[in-house]
Amino acid sequence: MKEIYLDNNATTKVDEAVFEEMRPYFTELYGNPSSMHYFGGQVQKKVDEARQRVAALIGAHPDEIVFTACGTESDNAAIKSALEVFPNRRHVITTRVEHPAVLTFCRGLTKQGYRVTELNVDRKGCLDMDELQAAVDENTAVVSVMYANNETGVVFPIEEIGRIVKDKGALFHTDAVQAVGKIPLNMAESTVDMLSLSGHKLHAPKGVGILYVRKGVPFRPFLVGGHQEKNRRAGTENTASIIALGKACELAGAFLDDENIRIKGMRDRLENELLRIVPAARINGGGAERLPNTTSIAFEFVEGELILLYLSELGICASSGSACTSGSLEPSHVLRAMGVPFTCAHGSIRFSLSRFTTDAEIDTVIRELPPIIRRGREMSPFGRDLLNP
Amino acid sequence: MWDYTDKVKEHFMNPRNVGDIADADAVGEVGSLACGDALKLFLKLDDAKERIIEAKFQTFGCGSAIASSSALTEMIKGKTLDEALQVTNKEIADFLGGLPEEKMHCSVMGQEALEVAIAKFRGGPVPVHDHDHDHDLAQDGEIVCKCFGLTDGFLRKVIEQNRLHTAEQVTHFTKAGGACGGCIPKIKEIIAEVLGEQQQKPKKPEKLTNLRKMQLIQEVLENEVRPQLWADGGDLELIDISGNIVQIAFRKACAGCASSGYTSKFVEQKLRELVADDISVEEVQG
Repeated sequence: MKEIYLDNNATTKVDEAVFEEMRPYFTELYGNPSSMHYFGGQVQKKVDEARQRVAALIGAHPDEIVFTACGTESDNAAIKSALEVFPNRRHVITTRVEHPAVLTFCRGLTKQGYRVTELNVDRKGCLDMDELQAAVDENTAVVSVMYANNETGVVFPIEEIGRIVKDKGALFHTDAVQAVGKIPLNMAESTVDMLSLSGHKLHAPKGVGILYVRKGVPFRPFLVGGHQEKNRRAGTENTASIIALGKACELAGAFLDDENIRIKGMRDRLENELLRIVPAARINGGGAERLPNTTSIAFEFVEGELILLYLSELGICASSGSACTSGSLEPSHVLRAMGVPFTCAHGSIRFSLSRFTTDAEIDTVIRELPPIIRRGREMSPFGRDLLNP
Repeated sequence: MWDYTDKVKEHFMNPRNVGDIADADAVGEVGSLACGDALKLFLKLDDAKERIIEAKFQTFGCGSAIASSSALTEMIKGKTLDEALQVTNKEIADFLGGLPEEKMHCSVMGQEALEVAIAKFRGGPVPVHDHDHDHDLAQDGEIVCKCFGLTDGFLRKVIEQNRLHTAEQVTHFTKAGGACGGCIPKIKEIIAEVLGEQQQKPKKPEKLTNLRKMQLIQEVLENEVRPQLWADGGDLELIDISGNIVQIAFRKACAGCASSGYTSKFVEQKLRELVADDISVEEVQG
């Protein structure tokens, strides 16, 4: 059974070209880029090239790119740095729909005496700019708002947020892990001070990420030790993965138009067909600006894990906002923050496409999913009138 | 991905007894949409209204909830109501070759639905743990978990039957404490109470034959004494039993330990406490 992989917001396939690019840096070109000899030096050149490629994708200068081990490290490092830069500012702002890499870190800060504001979202998943305006003040050290939401794909108005934040002199960080490579970003004309990116979300391997730190923005390192990354991130570079990430960013730039035309087209077709065929279904965040590759569809009266298990039997890989899939007992914090009713939240399925997704795969899902929903509803004590409309 | 057994998979892929019974004698409903799972159980009884001849279910829930419902209906068909009431959530889980601990609440939900159905049929008080946020209905003690509407009586029963000893386990089995977490201190208190009651159990027998006494000495050494010595890197070996004299030799960290005299006393105390008052322990080199 060949998998139909529609869970690309969780992780992506390493592109063959990316793998080829990194392959020599394990057993042949294994030198340490910090070494004085030619053998390490040639690796240093490739790491620099990767830095340029990453910078080019997001419209940054190569010196502004710090390689890290993952998106979570980048997020933690950015917020922690901002707090050290502004020791007298004891307030942090984030949102209720952030990834745990930011949200859990911020909630931990309350134990250290920080005040943490979590901005609300409306039913579409959009932030209230007035609430942000009211929350940010001279005591705010950092505002961390994701570029795009991993579950719904809703894109936040990052530049508008940045202008409000800058007005009060706070630092602005954005977790752009889901946005990079899917929508165009240009740091050269941005209000963002720091930005996180993760390799494995854009067809590079797991275990590599970057933190963009704008030139002139003060930064305190998270990991200290050696002088790597211009003293901004100690530890011997994960050279093969960094080189892979460079290649992946180059490819992402080349495929950006494809993402926004072909992939978005497939996503829209999937949504429209499922909404047409399946009664009592709706798109979470449907009214908002969204990433082109993501859809979160709520099917009332069916539990999400069951849908995933039945899809999985057919080789179809998706994810769910259901409580049962995570082992927690409450449905996704993102869907709850959006006020998605419980009847829908438990039955929300996320499909996230990539450039490897084909029309035939979308056809298969459109064909296979409606009977699964019907079967789940036939077993359920709720929503029985939907069975004979 | 959950580590479901093949049997669980088989039951959620091909659930038995899905549906309703139009002229059911008993119907039990637990859970709600908000909670993320719910089970409605239908029972048809024989003419004497004693024995379950047909059982069907409708379940809103995850794979293990469907599998647990399917297993339950298979298990109770053909049983009398009294026999069916003896089915525990653990037996439902065992029938499926086990469930991930985080999913044990699915098996508990099956047991609950059965209790509710039978209680309603018999017209007695319904054990309300209907998870329906309807606190006034509680008859099974006071509500402990407000989010899922669970009473102390219900939690106590699940803790006893499944020998749970952490609040996390109680959450996995019942969901209690899994949402706001406000009741976790109370859950810990209930666990402490239940464990306290259970620990009074080991009791000295009245009268012993020689053979039984020797067996008992060995059991106490194996189960009560040696595990405590292991914890400190020590051990002992039983060398001989002659009358009331128990000869032991210390091993590992206990051998040559300065406080081995104290340890001998501890062993003696344990044996006197759990076997017979007149036992004395001798340390020998063996």
